[in-house]
Amino acid sequence: MKRALAIMVGAALILLLATLTLVVMPYLQMSAEQVPPDLKPYTEQQQRGRQVYISNGCVYCHSQQPRDPGFAPGDKDRGWGRPSVPGDYAYDEPHLLGTMRTGPDLFNIGARQPSIDWQLMHLYNPRAIIKGSIMPSYPFLFRHVDEPAEGDKVVNIPPPYGPESGNIVATDDALALAEYMLALDHTYPAPTLPKRQPKSDEPKE
Amino acid sequence: MTPTIAVLLIITFVLSTVGLLLLIWSIANNQFSHGQAAARTIFSPGEEGHSEDPARPSDLPFTGDNSEQAAAIEARWTADQSSRTAVLTWLSSSVFWLLLGSFFGLASSIKMHLPEFLAASEFLTFGRVRPVHLNAVTYGWASMAGIGVALFLIPRLFKTSLAGGKYAVLGAFIWNIGLVLGLSAITLGLSDGEEWLEFPWQVDLLFVVGGALCAIPLLLTAANRQVEHLYVTSWYLMAALVWFPILFLIANLPFAFPGASGATVNWWFAHNVLGLWVTPIGIGIAYYMIPKILGRPIISYQLSLIGFWSLALFYSQVGIHHLIGGPIPTWLVTLSIVHSVMMSIPVITVAINHHGTMMGNFGRLKDSPTLRFVWIGALMYTVSSLQGSMEALRSINVITHFTHYTVAHAHLGMYAFLSFILFGAVYFIMPRLTNWEWPWRRLISLHFWLVSAGILIYVVSLTVGGWKQGLALLDAEMPFMDIVRMTLPALQARTVGGALMTLGHLVFAFHFIAMLLHRGAATEQPTLFRPAIKENAQ
Repeated sequence: MKRALAIMVGAALILLLATLTLVVMPYLQMSAEQVPPDLKPYTEQQQRGRQVYISNGCVYCHSQQPRDPGFAPGDKDRGWGRPSVPGDYAYDEPHLLGTMRTGPDLFNIGARQPSIDWQLMHLYNPRAIIKGSIMPSYPFLFRHVDEPAEGDKVVNIPPPYGPESGNIVATDDALALAEYMLALDHTYPAPTLPKRQPKSDEPKE
Repeated sequence: MTPTIAVLLIITFVLSTVGLLLLIWSIANNQFSHGQAAARTIFSPGEEGHSEDPARPSDLPFTGDNSEQAAAIEARWTADQSSRTAVLTWLSSSVFWLLLGSFFGLASSIKMHLPEFLAASEFLTFGRVRPVHLNAVTYGWASMAGIGVALFLIPRLFKTSLAGGKYAVLGAFIWNIGLVLGLSAITLGLSDGEEWLEFPWQVDLLFVVGGALCAIPLLLTAANRQVEHLYVTSWYLMAALVWFPILFLIANLPFAFPGASGATVNWWFAHNVLGLWVTPIGIGIAYYMIPKILGRPIISYQLSLIGFWSLALFYSQVGIHHLIGGPIPTWLVTLSIVHSVMMSIPVITVAINHHGTMMGNFGRLKDSPTLRFVWIGALMYTVSSLQGSMEALRSINVITHFTHYTVAHAHLGMYAFLSFILFGAVYFIMPRLTNWEWPWRRLISLHFWLVSAGILIYVVSLTVGGWKQGLALLDAEMPFMDIVRMTLPALQARTVGGALMTLGHLVFAFHFIAMLLHRGAATEQPTLFRPAIKENAQ
């Protein structure tokens, strides 16, 4: 029994060491980092949209973390933005960094596609805007009505993607998600990034 | 910030060095080893040189040359029967989750190239079907089958009966309830939102309780053990059962880690599920099955212990290689990359032992289903681990990160390595617990070829497609939609591979149920791939 116990205690100690280096120390360091002054907290509606983003698993195809151009030039060149810093995520709980780019990075989608009509139309059916897109359509975030009521947000879908008659109106979830998309705009400068110097620096990373 | 980083790096370096020195000291002083004799503890007296292949004890080629040896074989039969209810509960559940997880995986794959497939319902949207697949196969199939096999091996390794088996049965019920609730939550859109940690934390408590209930029989049985030395398999199993609850608890602490530090905890956990949970179980099983079926001990027992401790030391710190280039401190990424590369040490030591023991016995792959599944699994462990070490290098990762290449790698590890070993173990265990032979050898063969062809197509197509995707993403000259179109053939091929694997699982599940119901003809012969190939006692 003594030897069995020794193995288990040893195993646990090694894991605690890893917890110290990979969980505790990064937490201490990153939570001390400055939050960019231009970063706005999410509004209640944007937060709700973020929840819709989580519920429907957008993170499985979209990242929110452009890499340094000195390391991976494609990210900046595609207009995905400057490299992100820990402070950019100060209000993100849980994080939605993502590990997959079946679709493009969304860290600055609000700056690239600032129109809420574009966002809603694209959510209803991505192929109505982008030919050959493999993103799922989200018809369940919309309602099909004969006559839109007062205050309904009507989404104009180009044929043949829309219904034959009546109108498509956005649900509150769709509107919230679109508002969250528009809030994904991190084009402000990040105070913790090294100042933009001529590229004489050795490549980061 | 720079002095802090320097201090952190120095602390880490010192800690790692101290750990390594401790390891070297303990091996040099024989703290952990009884030498090669220990490798023989898995054999009954006089059994070495005889194969133990799927068969009931009465059919065993080796029943002992004298009364003492016969008694040892009889004792093993008793040990096997003691774990029967617990093991069958965990294994049957795992087979159910394997089927469910496969269908969800297949649906996700189809959705990747046919985006309108089942898109009308929010409950079946891609972003919910995919995490249901991952959680069902990880926590349902791999974890439950792994625990089931561990419960079978523990009494054998300790040469005593399983004590407290009813706690493990209760644990299985709680674990299953957790899966039902967790998967339903994802389907209803109540995910926690982090990959590998989607289950709501309230549900996670059930897994902690279910897992802890399995620790009771482990500790009780260990206390009763009748062997002086702990065989290396029990090291891996005990460590895995210690690691998983700690990991799962810390990573699920609700709201403890916001923002970017949440991402580090997320990936520290996710890679440790592979490295410190399913990998030790998989390697541990292979360390038992290969020598038992060949009837010869592993070639170097010392090496197996170095492999164990270096796995513990290095694997626990590799997780952050999932965030290379991400918004986290550079020292952290570098630390994980270094450990990822250091992982080649345990991988090579395990490879020497597994494959070295096989040397000269590859002929047995033709007839033994267990050996064929387990050894191919062990081989794929070597391949996928070395691939993983390469993938952690910045120059490779900049291409493969964010692409389907990573998905192929994950399946090489979780499926071609782990699931193959679990299949092999189930083929070994079931005849002993049900007192019945596998009814149709052709079904085992069909299962083998379907899943082998399936995973081959899966891994090759996504590896090639993912690599091309990664290169194209780095070059903004290529429009994003062109990249999407370029990956389509790979995604379609993945559906073909996935469909073959799912078919294979249907065959496997059918055969498994037939075993439980004692279908097919009663036979006194072990069910091998080729009939009438008998023991060539070596």
